[in-house]
Parts: sequence; C-alpha cells; structure tokens
Amino acid sequence: MITAKKVSKEYSAKIALDGVDLSIPKGSIYGLLGPNGAGKTSFIRIMNQITAPDKGEVYFGSELLQPRDIARIGYLPEERGLYKKMKVGEQVLYLARLKGLTTNEAKGKAKEWFERLEMSGWWDKKVEDLSKGMAQKVQFVTTVLHEPELLIFDEPFTGFDPINTNLIKEEIQRLNENGATVIFSTHRMESVEEICNHIGLIDNGKVMIEGNLLDIRKHYKDGTFAFTTRTAFSDWGPHEVLSQKEDHMGYRTVLKSTEFPKELVITLSEKEALVAFEEVLPTVSDIFIEIIKNGPKPWNHE
Amino acid sequence: MSNPILLIIQREFLSRVRKKTFLLVTLIGPLAFAALMVVPALFASASEDTKQIIVLDEPSILLPHEGKEQYVLEYLDPRENDLELAKELLRDSQYDALLYIPSGENWDPDFIKNNILLFGQEDPSLEMQGYLDYLLEEQINKAKLLKNGVDPEVVAQIKTNVTIKSFTLGEEGTDEQSAVPIKMALGYITGLLVYIFIFFYSVQVMRGVMEEKNSRIVEVIISSVRPYQLMMGKILGVGLVGVAQFIIWIGLSGILYTVISTYLFPELFAAQSAADAAGNPAADAVGLKVLDMLRSIDFTTVTLGFAFYFFGGYFLYSALFAAVGSAVDQEADTQQFMLPVTIPMILAFVTAQNVILEPNGTFAFWMSMIPLTSPITMMVRLPFGIPLWEVFLSGGILVGTFFTVVGLAGKIYRVGILMYGKKVTWKELFKWLKY
Repeated sequence: MITAKKVSKEYSAKIALDGVDLSIPKGSIYGLLGPNGAGKTSFIRIMNQITAPDKGEVYFGSELLQPRDIARIGYLPEERGLYKKMKVGEQVLYLARLKGLTTNEAKGKAKEWFERLEMSGWWDKKVEDLSKGMAQKVQFVTTVLHEPELLIFDEPFTGFDPINTNLIKEEIQRLNENGATVIFSTHRMESVEEICNHIGLIDNGKVMIEGNLLDIRKHYKDGTFAFTTRTAFSDWGPHEVLSQKEDHMGYRTVLKSTEFPKELVITLSEKEALVAFEEVLPTVSDIFIEIIKNGPKPWNHE
Repeated sequence: MSNPILLIIQREFLSRVRKKTFLLVTLIGPLAFAALMVVPALFASASEDTKQIIVLDEPSILLPHEGKEQYVLEYLDPRENDLELAKELLRDSQYDALLYIPSGENWDPDFIKNNILLFGQEDPSLEMQGYLDYLLEEQINKAKLLKNGVDPEVVAQIKTNVTIKSFTLGEEGTDEQSAVPIKMALGYITGLLVYIFIFFYSVQVMRGVMEEKNSRIVEVIISSVRPYQLMMGKILGVGLVGVAQFIIWIGLSGILYTVISTYLFPELFAAQSAADAAGNPAADAVGLKVLDMLRSIDFTTVTLGFAFYFFGGYFLYSALFAAVGSAVDQEADTQQFMLPVTIPMILAFVTAQNVILEPNGTFAFWMSMIPLTSPITMMVRLPFGIPLWEVFLSGGILVGTFFTVVGLAGKIYRVGILMYGKKVTWKELFKWLKY
C-alpha cells in the first residue's frame, strides 16, 4: 500500500527521518512504533503530504504519492480537534467535502455512521457543547467517512476513554476486514500489539526493524518458557527461573532454557502436576529494548 | 470535485456572517452614521439656555451693546457700583456671570484690554469667553482708532477680503475649478476607511488562524488541502465578509438618511439649511460652487483606486497577520510581531495630514510607493489627481509585494500552525522560511 524508499527529512536543528525504508502491506494493520520524537509523526505528515521529504520517495500502491491521493487517506492526528462554534453535522459535511465528497454523498454516509455509533441526536449540536468522549467519536467519523483505502491514526488511544477505545478498535477492525489498510502510530507499544499484524519500529529517525509481527516475535524469541503447575514446584533443574507467581490456574513459573525443556514437560506431566505449558514470545517493548541494547538481530534465512 | 478553496471561502464567510456580532456591527454601523448626521442637527436646532451676564463697564466701552440671544448683557451703573459690590450682586442673584471692564487711570485701551475680568457662578464656558473676547476686541479696536483720529468707518471700507479662485489646468483647455476642501475630505475619509478595513479584517484573519491552531483542527484540514489553500481561503472568505458588510452599510446608511431627513425630522433638516442660508448670504452660491467643484474630481479613478487599495492593502496585511497568527499560541504573544507590521500603516494614517497639505510632494510620492503605506497614502492623494503612471507604479509594487509576502507568509504559516507550546522568536521565523 505504502512504500517508502530512503526517505529523509531534516529540520533546522535535528534529523527527523534518516533514510527510512518502510513497506506497509495492503490490508494490514500496521503498527508504526517508537519512542516520542522518533520520527513517527514526521513520516505520517509526509504520507499525508503535509510536508515533503528532503530526499527519497513515497509510493502509494505502485505509483508515486500524488496530491489527489489525499482523498484516499483518512488521518486522525495526535493533535486533533474540531471547530468549536460549528455544528456537528455541518462540520462533518465540511470535512468530508474537503476530501472530495459531494454534499449528498457526505450526508448519506454521515447519517449511516451517526446511527451506527449512536450519535443521531448530535447533528445540530455545537461542538463546544459536546463532552470530550462525544467529540472523539465525531473526530473518528470525520476520519473514516470518505471510506479511505488507508487509515492513519497517530496516538489514537491517548485521551480516549476505555469505552470509546474499545468501540473504535472494533470499528477499525471492521474497516480493515472490509479492505482498508490501517496504520497505528504510538509510543505505547503494548497498546497495539493485540490488533497489529505488522509493525515497524523507529528510533532516532531510523527503522530498527520491520515486518510481520509474529515473525518478528518468533525471530526474537530467547528460550523463555512458562509452566503452570497445580502446586508450587521448586526443582527446575539447571534452568534459570525468571519469575514465579500464583494465578487463577495455579503456580506460573517463567524460566529460561537454551533448548526446548522436553524433560521438564515430561516429568511434570507424569506427576500430573502440569496445567499449562507455553513458549513465551517477547513483547514488542522487550524487542525494542533488546534492539536498543544490542542492535538488531540479523535474520539468518534458514 | 469542488475546489477546496471555494469550500473554505464559503465556510469562512458563512461562519462569520451568521454570528450575532456580525449582525450587531452591521446594524450599529449605519445607526452610528445616521446619529452622526442627526445629532449635530438636533443640537443646532435646540434652543440653548440664555446666559445673563452683568457688565460693570467703567470706561463705557461696550455700552450700549445688548449682546445676543444667547448672551444677554445687562449693565450696572459704574457710578454706584464697584467690583466688590458687583461680585456680591452676582453671588445673590440669578445672573450667570459678571464681566468687569476697568477704566484704569486715563482710559488707556492697552491698560483696559489687559485687565478685563470675568467671574461666573460656574466656570465660564469657552464659548462665552470667546464671544466676549470678540465683542471687546471690536470695541477696543474702535476706541483705539478714534483715539488716533481715524474714522472706524473708513477702516471698515478699506478692509479687504481676498478670495482666490484656484483652477487645475485641464488637458484640453477645460480648466477645472479646484476643490481643495472637498478633495481633502474625500481623501481623508477614503484613507480612513481603507485603514479601518485593513486593520479590522486582517486581525480577524489572524484570530481565525489562531482559532484553528488552538482548537487543533488545523492538522486535519491540511491533510485534505494545502496549507496555502487554507490560508488563501481564509483571507478571501474574511475579505468577502468585509465587502458584504461594507455594501450593507452603504445601503442601510442611505436608507436611514433618507428616512430620517424626509420622514422623521423633515423640518429639522429644512430648518438647518435655511439657517445656513440665512447665516451666510453666500450659501446659495456656495452650494452651486460645491457642485462645480465636485465635477472637478475624477470619481472614476477615486472609486477604482478605492476598490483596488481597499483589497490590495487588505490582502497584503492579512497575509502578514495570518503568518503572525500561525506563529503564536496566544493572543498576548502576537504583540511583538504585530507592532512592526502595523507601524507602517499607523504612520501612513498619521501622516495623512502632511500628505493632504502637499499631495504631490516627495514625501507623499514615496509613501504612496511603499506597499505597506501606499493603500492609505494613495487614497489620500487620489482625489487631487495625480499622474496615472504613479498610480500604476504604486499598484504594481503593491501587487508584486503581495505575491512575495503571501509566498513568505505561507511558508511561515505552514510551519507555524503545527508548532505548539513554543515561544517563537524573530530568528526562528526566518528559519522557517527555509524549511
């Protein structure tokens, strides 16, 4: 969907993007991750053609990004708001028409969305009379109304209340199932882990790692295993125990093992003490910290 | 797809026109204008209180002058009264003031003129003083003439009033009678209008930019349109509000004036013009002369010039103000940037008097070439008829500067609207130009 080739952007004081190569697959839910100031917003603004890169190219599909592509993108910025004095309905129509919809198209689609998100009574309200949560819903509707092929959310869940967060996550997943490509940008890596299937990790304007989330997590697995036993168990042999705690299923012990701990599984099973066993994949934050410490781990294509 | 600039213009226009304040200002404007015309007429026709002044005229200089309707003079007998008695009398009486004219030792007019005193129950009004000064000067002049053996009648005959009829040399021998006072008024009024319009609506553009920035809507908008389009749409939309307001003002003022002068107070206006005519025997002639003079002004140029400088100045300044608005977070922070931007305009307005005195002088010429001052200065000059090439040169410079400034302002705007929580300095603004 989006392919960035050697994209660089420099502001007077600092380099925001330094030769960024990214490819966001069509139909994916893509997590653009990295700490604050890593360059995520700079890259998003380039995709939205708010700024232009100093060097490098960005492709939308197979063609270079063009002004008219704006209508194919829906963008919810981190700094988001609405005209306070304008009525909700007028505002939604205005923003949709700026994206190229006719008034009638916009009206029809707006009505659908307003019903869907239970906002029907809000049409003639002024934005300043809405609660924060209500305004967030309106912002979401304005982002998706023109049925863009690409949806970009910058720090989408900061400032949203839990109910809206869930509602919007569901809606985004539905839009994705209907064919939209979704980009989430956030510094809170754990917040998107469950819905993203692709990620790109950026730090200091450089891409640290990019690809399918599961592949990456597998690639960074470090021999961590979790055993849940019926009763507390202490003889873990030569393995380094990382943590132990009681949970709803029994006692969960996380340990490190250089190879698959086959004997332990057999022993515990024979004692009928084993409730659950799993290999623990590292979280995105774990991977990020690992990369910052030791650099990216080379892919050896077996 | 409809042009986004048109959409933006539409929103900017409608969102302002629908506001209650717009309605209020639009209605109050003509009312204030009408009040400006009616109130003086009302004042002029209202019979004012008569002030009674007692005069202790020792040298009998004023006697037997009775004053006028407004100031009635009543004389005390100097043989029976002195200043102290007269003051007592004033204190206990209904009289408003006491005028004391001493005779001195030998009735020397120069002594008298320096020692005349006026006492009032309240502070004597300037008007009363003015009237008495005038009366006394006249009488003392006469007294001096007589003292020197000159007949005041002769002097009155000798006194000459010169009225020069000035003409502007026309192109085909049709010399036009010049109309300096009317040209002055016209230049000043149109200059003032341009000044007010530029200031009022440029600030609105700035506020609009800040509103978009502070409500955080701006990034959503510029992901749909270019920042430049948003800025231009705003400038044009607000300008259109100004035009609408101006047209409504002119229309309403005209209607109001007609209604007031023909239906509400017809006698008032008739009385006023009658009074004018009676007070000044030449009034009829003046009326005709005014018409003559009006013909000497090139109204086409003035009107076209007004429209051009009205918009040209507004566009130039609103682009600058838009850049200022984009660079700051709060209105309070705008001061440091606004001041240098507004000083030229204020300067142009303040120096309008000098320009009027010498509309074709060097100063006036340069002020009407510099684009930041030309909209006002040129309007002041235009009624006086200036060479066409100057108008075109000044207009060309203004348009050229406008495009340059819009380009630069657009650059600052593009960066500024996405910059939050930062106190911006001039140095930084220059850096933004290079982004």
